[in-house]
Amino acid sequence: MAATRTSKEQKYDRQLRLWGDHGQETLENAHVCLINATATGTEILKNLVLPGIGAFTVVDGHTVTGEDVGNNFFLCNNSIGKNRAQAATELLQELNSDVSGNFVEESPDKLLDNDPEFFHRFSIVIGVHLPESTCLRLGSVLWSASVPFLVCKTYGLIGYMRLVVREHTVIESHPDNALEDLRLDKPFGEFKNHIQSYDLDNMDKKDHSHTPWIIIVAKYLEKWLSEHNGQAPKNYKEKEAFRQFIREGILKNENGVPEDEENFEEAIKNVNTALNPTKIPSTVEDLFNSEQCNNITSQSTAFWVMLRAIKEFVHNEGNGSLPLRGTIPDMIADSQKFVNLQNVYRTKAMQDAKAVLKHVECLLKSVGKPPESISENDIKLFCKNASFLRVVRCRSLAEEYSVDSVNKDEITSCMDSPDSEMVFYLMLRAVDRFFQQHSRYPGIYNYQVEEDISKLKLCVNSLLQEYSLNINIKDDYIHEFCRYGAAEPHTVAAFLGGSAAQEAIKIISHQFVPFSNTFIYNAMSQTSATLNL
Amino acid sequence: MADAEEPMAVDGGHRNSGCDWDGRWNHVRKFLERPGPFTHPDFEPSTEALSGFRLIHVVDMDTIDVSNLNRQFLFRPKDVGRPKAEVAADFVNSRIPGCKVVPHFKKIQDFDESFYRQFHIIVCGLDSIIARRWMNGMLISLLSYEDGILDPSSIIPLIDGGTEGFKGNARVILPGMTACIDCTLELYPPQINFPMCTIASMPRLPEHCIEYARILQWPKEKPFGDTSVDGDNPEHIQWMFERAQERASEFNITGVTYRLTQGVVKRIIPAVASTNAVIAAACATEVFKIATSAYIPLNNYLVFNDVDGLYTYTFEAERKENCSACSLVPQDLQFPSSAKLQEVLEYLTENAALQMKSPAITTTLEGKNKTLYLQSVKSIEERTRPNLCKTLKELGLSDGQELAVADVTTPQTVLFKLNFTA
Repeated sequence: MAATRTSKEQKYDRQLRLWGDHGQETLENAHVCLINATATGTEILKNLVLPGIGAFTVVDGHTVTGEDVGNNFFLCNNSIGKNRAQAATELLQELNSDVSGNFVEESPDKLLDNDPEFFHRFSIVIGVHLPESTCLRLGSVLWSASVPFLVCKTYGLIGYMRLVVREHTVIESHPDNALEDLRLDKPFGEFKNHIQSYDLDNMDKKDHSHTPWIIIVAKYLEKWLSEHNGQAPKNYKEKEAFRQFIREGILKNENGVPEDEENFEEAIKNVNTALNPTKIPSTVEDLFNSEQCNNITSQSTAFWVMLRAIKEFVHNEGNGSLPLRGTIPDMIADSQKFVNLQNVYRTKAMQDAKAVLKHVECLLKSVGKPPESISENDIKLFCKNASFLRVVRCRSLAEEYSVDSVNKDEITSCMDSPDSEMVFYLMLRAVDRFFQQHSRYPGIYNYQVEEDISKLKLCVNSLLQEYSLNINIKDDYIHEFCRYGAAEPHTVAAFLGGSAAQEAIKIISHQFVPFSNTFIYNAMSQTSATLNL
Repeated sequence: MADAEEPMAVDGGHRNSGCDWDGRWNHVRKFLERPGPFTHPDFEPSTEALSGFRLIHVVDMDTIDVSNLNRQFLFRPKDVGRPKAEVAADFVNSRIPGCKVVPHFKKIQDFDESFYRQFHIIVCGLDSIIARRWMNGMLISLLSYEDGILDPSSIIPLIDGGTEGFKGNARVILPGMTACIDCTLELYPPQINFPMCTIASMPRLPEHCIEYARILQWPKEKPFGDTSVDGDNPEHIQWMFERAQERASEFNITGVTYRLTQGVVKRIIPAVASTNAVIAAACATEVFKIATSAYIPLNNYLVFNDVDGLYTYTFEAERKENCSACSLVPQDLQFPSSAKLQEVLEYLTENAALQMKSPAITTTLEGKNKTLYLQSVKSIEERTRPNLCKTLKELGLSDGQELAVADVTTPQTVLFKLNFTA
């Protein structure tokens, strides 16, 4: 009952309007692990605690220094000398009492040595400022356990994120500009019956002016097809003629002047998109052709079982089309005509969903699972989003780093423009190399900067050589990365904090589409790029 | 990002080393001590400015609501009802030693030039275009020109950020030099309201039923006496929710919920912590660049969207040659002398480049100031209403006549020049 909205509903109202109660539930059941409570780490966590994730655990073996307090909102000078995980957890916990905050005063390397399965419990592990060796070790453990891993780093004015997830399915991708599913090129039986009840040439003015544009286009298309050998308007000239054909249908007053019929204007405006052929999107076709879809086992997740069911539907009841989405846009019409038309679409969509449900039950039975394992509501939601299904797969870190499988093509083609954001990825790899060799990052101290520039250049060259990358990195970038001295400016950390948190929310909620697989932010130019490495 | 406007001042040499500790500025000093290949050509490295931002004034007319807590991280449940500016100031002052935040529980319009003139940089996180245009106009009014040349020391940079759901933008405005808010007004599409006939007699969507309850039933039935709709009052929303449900069932429309009702009545825009964090960070980065001259600032508009992956687009918004706010060109009004004043009024409100809300038009006739039409004061509205039906000629206006137009969208009156077409 609306009047007794819970305080959580009130608090989370603005975000519930984006991911719904069911999305919020996934967040509240999630347990996030943050490794290293640097400014970047705490900023990420802040944007996960505020929206109400169930729990977080900070893993950090470091002791808080004065430098840490200088750029981290979730540390204060009382924290100096304390363990950083503990100090940060205290201040992060204050943000939201619904969230359970925990900390482990331990370095990730130690945990990997003694208890790697510690990490298996998490919905996602976010690793911030991890040295390369730790990152790869952790990456391997999480990859085997299929725990999503988000690697983040702020280095000077550069932000970096890498998502590592084997397979991430998205049913509710909420695309910004989705095309309507009206089927005007392949009208289904119930729709054809419905438009029979309309006789545009013999309607009174009020009804004529309040007939939905979908019906107008459908009726005129019927006439056109009968006069053009069943050929729908295809090129610009034909579509123009079709628009004119509709325009001639506008009622005229006794002086022969066309009346003001907004619904007809809507029909004319929508001809272009209305005549778009109903097609299964290539993204969905690709999913139909994938191994997971064609080989349903008892291990198959609900996503793949439902997708296979839709594929079966397409080849049977669907006659080559996906289940009908069932929604129509608002349009000029009187209430009754609109609602009746809307119901025609809704009823058909429900029928299609029922047919898909039968296929789901069949599939579940064939792998020895009870038919109720997948709820009718889930199937309906899946059908409604059939055109928008997405699957994101990211390569493992091992694949990215291995000489045998490094994505040379992506790197070299991006570096055709020597100032592309790819150069920052390469520089980050180079400074990691520098750290491995010298146990510190370049340029930490003023007196070292000049010397470090040549040392860093050696690292760059060895990196390019090891991967046989025949590209050139401008000296300016090597100089700039020494100048950064591994600084972590708060504003850059905060930008990454917002970005990474939302990607984590996407992973947890399975709504909206995560990036894949590398994101670079350049605060100098306020530009960014997504790379596939 | 709190819906607050934060004028910031950087206090250069005055360093209060008493509150600093070892290593406090390590993450910042590297950018300020050393020149680099990408730093601003005018940048001069030094350790002088190593004091962070010392003095920040915050202006916000709002109090804290429980629905702010999902993203406005300076506020806690115990703060609900308190002024945002004051709570924000208290929090930052206690968390960041040496930084002084001065709160103002006021509207931005409550201050005049003497207030805004004191700042080095102004940052806005406003929640309406009207407010943005006002601030934009205020900073433009502070510009001084000598012999038509802009005095750079009169420029106060304006950094503006805004978000809606998973979308956001950040921009840097150098008033008088780069594109201002009004230069790019067409980037903001006008708010769409449902047509009255749909609401009154042909509802199709649950939203139409809700607007019926709000616009037609409420004024008629006055369920809580003479009070107007208060979107923050759950009883008001509940009443409209129930009326909307009744209307919906009359027309076989499904989908009316309490949440939808509140969303429509309050024109709620969804919001999350993450997008606001990204845009606030981008704005803060620009403040840092401008204050330190360490890097070339954003030139001048950043768009962000993380619905599908993360997308950013950075471009240079161009100045409009005849911008009604920042060009020195008097605005042209082309009308036949037989046009009615009503037509001029409609032009001022409907033209995409002007989008005024309730313009007040005055002019000088026979050496005396004459109000042609003004809406905001009831007695004057009634007195000048007949003018709307009179032609420009009948009102005594001549070709080339200057009209001064005042409106909420700008702190200064805009001068228009009448150009008779016939």
